Amino acid sequence: MTSATLSSLDNLLRTLEHREPERVPLILMLTMHGAKELGMELREYYARADCVAEGQLALQERYRHDVAVAFGYAAAEVEARGGDVVFRPNGPPVAGRPILSGPEDIRAMAQVDVQNTPCLARVLDSTRMLADAIGGQILIVGIVVSPFSAPVMQLGFEAYLDLLHSGDPAFDRLMEINQRFCIDWANAQLAAGANAICYFDPLSSTTMLPLEKLRDTGFPIARATIAEINGPAGIHLASGRVLPSVDDLATTGAAMIGVSALEDLSEVKAACGDRLAVLGNLNGIELARCSPEGAREMVRETIRKGAPGGGFLLSDNHGEIPYQVSDEVLRAVVEAGREYGRYPIREDL
Amino acid sequence: MQSPHVDELTDALLAMDRVRASECMKSAVNGGPPLQGVETLVVPALDRIGEMWAEGGVALSQVYMSGRICEELVDQILPPASPSRKRQPRMAIAVLEDQHLLGKRIVYAILRASGYELEDYGAVELDTLVTRALDDDIELLLVSTLMLPAALRVADLVSALKEAGSDCRVVVGGAPFTLTEDLWKDVGAYAMGATATDAIELASAWRDDGGGQQ
Ligand code: B12
Repeated sequence: MTSATLSSLDNLLRTLEHREPERVPLILMLTMHGAKELGMELREYYARADCVAEGQLALQERYRHDVAVAFGYAAAEVEARGGDVVFRPNGPPVAGRPILSGPEDIRAMAQVDVQNTPCLARVLDSTRMLADAIGGQILIVGIVVSPFSAPVMQLGFEAYLDLLHSGDPAFDRLMEINQRFCIDWANAQLAAGANAICYFDPLSSTTMLPLEKLRDTGFPIARATIAEINGPAGIHLASGRVLPSVDDLATTGAAMIGVSALEDLSEVKAACGDRLAVLGNLNGIELARCSPEGAREMVRETIRKGAPGGGFLLSDNHGEIPYQVSDEVLRAVVEAGREYGRYPIREDL
Repeated sequence: MQSPHVDELTDALLAMDRVRASECMKSAVNGGPPLQGVETLVVPALDRIGEMWAEGGVALSQVYMSGRICEELVDQILPPASPSRKRQPRMAIAVLEDQHLLGKRIVYAILRASGYELEDYGAVELDTLVTRALDDDIELLLVSTLMLPAALRVADLVSALKEAGSDCRVVVGGAPFTLTEDLWKDVGAYAMGATATDAIELASAWRDDGGGQQ
């Protein structure tokens, strides 16, 4: 057997086929660290498509991991509808005041032209630049917030929960509009050169809503939306729990699932079987405060539980590594990932 | 002592059944002192629901709705101005340099449903929070966070309050703290609540020791 013969992308595809690849793919979701690479403030960094692409390439150079992301921040989806975004110097930007204040606003919503809305067009531009530079070698992943989870940003969480429990038909209307947007947005990213879409849908976690409610709402919406996305998709519950709903999530059409640090990876892996590859589940917030040795230990334990048999990608549990996680810790994650993640996985790990 | 209706109220709340919850309250209070009904029925039911959420057994929407329903029902038997409401410790709740208000809303509802009165400072920046807490002579300051930078900012809050000579207890909660067990110690908080209902226990612990030792 020769070592390291597969390209990053082929190695990753093999694990998605639930076969043991050569090494555990390392998916560092570094959506902010590119700004550090370029010595920029986050706000100016996100404003420049070329900088985001350059930042991703610099991170690729530094960590030699298996993903690139043109994603900026989830709140861009409300910015696209005229919403405010609140920037902070040391963390992700977030949505400001809700853009919808009731059923009338929902009825008045129009479709968004994803190609010609600046905050979205920038992401498409960065995606094209990444595809030019590393397309076909490294996975480029596009990110969308699900139609079902986006209203937390559009209405505010409290108002959305009230709407969900009210039986108001405005809910269906909102889902329809958001679904159209989500499909357009995902497909535009694929057309720009993304290889796969990560569908962020934490509201479809039983951490957030009861399983029975999700069976009427989040899961069928995911199924219908993912069916119209023109490429492979993973579903990520952003560190919400997945275990109680694995059987439902396996029917959404997603090929992969993001796992919470609050869950036992071996249990999730067993529950998923060959239906879903698992992505996870390093605790990103813990990485922001632990030592490099602590990070190595976390990686070892995660690989021990998740890697045997393939169908596993090493990543954080949220789909975004906090800005506070240091280069030293990230290097420790990468080194430990390489060392422990070689197949066949050591039995004494 | 717990009311024999705790199971029934818990079920009604989880099913978001206002009518059944209200009937349950009526039979538990049954002409007795309202605060006693609250403490023997509402508090244990909410506490149980909070714990179930922390263990992954119920959803956040159920914690939220339970808090809201109980807040409403308790307001009927113990109106905000009622002298029987608990005004000690002097408490306030805030969201610190973050936009996410739901955690605060849930904790606020649950404390009020447990017979407490407290200030709601909304979402504020550090300086405002320090000034208000000092002006109001707050003894127990509850801070809800969702983003990691906000959670880390609590360290500055704690030192600013100490510097000003306040011995106010800062209690934190929210996703960053529940995802990482010891983060609350890093930022120098007095305690952390893993679930919204932990706030009730922290408030009653203050009453037991009079806010005595830190
Ligand atoms: C649902 C969700 C989303 C949804 C909706 C988000 C929202 N609320 O606006 C979507 C998909 C839109 C989303 C997007 C983002 N998210 Co998000 N999301 C979540 C998730 C799953 C739940 C968040 C939530 O709102 N919970 C509801 C609140 C009320 O729950 P809670 O804080 O746990 O509170 C409970 C207890 O802790 C307690 N409590 C709360 N406060 C207090 C206070 C006291 C004193 C006490 C005693 C108790 C207490 O009461 C509650 C009930 O028991 C969490 C992960 C998780 N497992 O929780 C990530 C999480 C909040 N997201 C995170 C991030 C970073 C983001 C983004 C910034 C990503 C990005 N770069 O764009 C965006 C921001 C979106 C925005 N608003 O602009 C991070 C934040 C931490 C960090 N890394 O900085 C989290 C924690 C994920 C993680 N593991 O890192 N997200």
